[in-house]
Formats: sequence, C-alpha cells, structure tokens
Amino acid sequence: MGLLNVFDIAGSGLSAQTVRLNTVASNMANASNVSTKEGDVYRAKMPVFASVMQGVNNDSSSQGVRVLRIEESSLDASKVYDPGNPLANKDGHVYQANVNSIEEMANMISASRSYQNNVEVMNTAKQLMQATLKLGQ
Amino acid sequence: MNFFDKALGSHAQALSLQSRRSSVLASNIVNADTPNYKARDIDFKQVLKSSQGDMLKLTGSKSGHIGSSGSGIKGSDLKYRIPLQPSLDGNTVDLDQEKAAFTENAMRYQTTLQFLTGRFTGIKGALKGE
Repeated sequence: MGLLNVFDIAGSGLSAQTVRLNTVASNMANASNVSTKEGDVYRAKMPVFASVMQGVNNDSSSQGVRVLRIEESSLDASKVYDPGNPLANKDGHVYQANVNSIEEMANMISASRSYQNNVEVMNTAKQLMQATLKLGQ
Repeated sequence: MNFFDKALGSHAQALSLQSRRSSVLASNIVNADTPNYKARDIDFKQVLKSSQGDMLKLTGSKSGHIGSSGSGIKGSDLKYRIPLQPSLDGNTVDLDQEKAAFTENAMRYQTTLQFLTGRFTGIKGALKGE
C-alpha cells in the first residue's frame, strides 16, 4: 500500500532532520568552548545521510533516509592568545572549538525547512487516506 | 473481468498507481539532503497501459487462477530524472519540482476518487431503481 509507505518515508526524514538539528544545537552550545590542549577541544559535529529501503516488501520504489554516522569536522582548532584565561597553557594560548556559527545557522534553517516539507508530505498523505476511507459513502 | 471491473474502468488501477507514485515522490523529497541520491519517477501513462496489458493477459487460463491486481511498479518502471541543476554532492533532487509533482499527484488521486464515487453512485442508483 503506497500511501502507508509515505508515512514511513516521511517519518524517517523527520527523525533524520531531528538528528541534524540536534548536532546544530550541540555545535552552537559548544561554540565558545576552549581547552588547554588542541586534542581536547570540542569539534563541530555533522550527520551523514544515506538513503535506505523502506516498507515491508523492500521494493526499490520507496526509499527513506537514515543517519549513517556523525562525523567530526577536520578543521584545525584556532589558537588564541588569552593569558588571563584559567585554561591557558604556559605560553598564554587557549584552543577554541572549530565551530563556524554562520554555517551552523544556515544548516539549522535548511534542516527546519526539510522538516516542514516532510510534515507537509505526511499531512497530504493523511488527507488522501481519509478521503479514500470515505469512498462510496 | 467481472461486473465491478467493467463498471469501475481503469480508475481503480489508476488510484493504486497514484498511491505508489506518491511514495516514490515522497522518497525524493525525504532524500533532498542525501549525498549521491538520484531523484526518480514513473512514467504514469506507460505503466498504467502496461499494467492493463498484464491484467488482460493474466485473467485465469485455468479455473482457480487468481488474476493479478496488475498495479505493482517494477524496478524497471522507475526512471531517473534529468537534473536541471546538479549539486556538488551528486544529489539530483530539485525540491520545488518534487513538491509540485507530489501536489499534482495528490490532486490526481482526489480526482480519481471523485470519479470512483460517481461510478458507485451510479451503481447504487441502478440497484435501487428509483
């Protein structure tokens, strides 16, 4: 049944976009984290999406989406001279999280738009199913 | 072909195909952010025609055969869209196009439902003989 599949597909999109929003929130919250050593500092995280077969009969026509893994940004943490900071090393430097706030904001808007799209698809499918149930009445 | 198949015409099959197409288009929309995903669609006219052909072919050669519903989409029916604006990550989903196609498909589905309702009303009227 095609229309019931739509719920599974759009639902997988909703959860994947939620994971994406979660990583954005985590990145934004940790944007001003600093650390003494470069290895310890927070690194920006981002999800990697992949399509996945959906539905009971595993036909290739319906493909949902899932989060394959969460990757950490490979950008270097920037070194800032801040001798007053309690976390500063003996040269007076601290390492800052490699989060780009502007990039994260754009990512957040993109994720929320995709979420809205999927909700809309679900709503349409629901209306169509309700109309089908009333058929012949 | 029994009485109801004749009375309902191709609308029942069209309805089933449209619901399958909605799941294909939903897949495109949900994978708008997936790297290397290629948007797909079905050629509705062609698939409807071929499924009707199947139906004629499969109407029982022996008593006890169950006729095929003839509305499944085979893998070969799915065609890849030609991308208008391919993106760097290999994704070919054009969200506007897909949303338009999804809405159009929903409208067609409701139209088919209307036609079917009309047919049922006709049959009811004939049965009552009022």
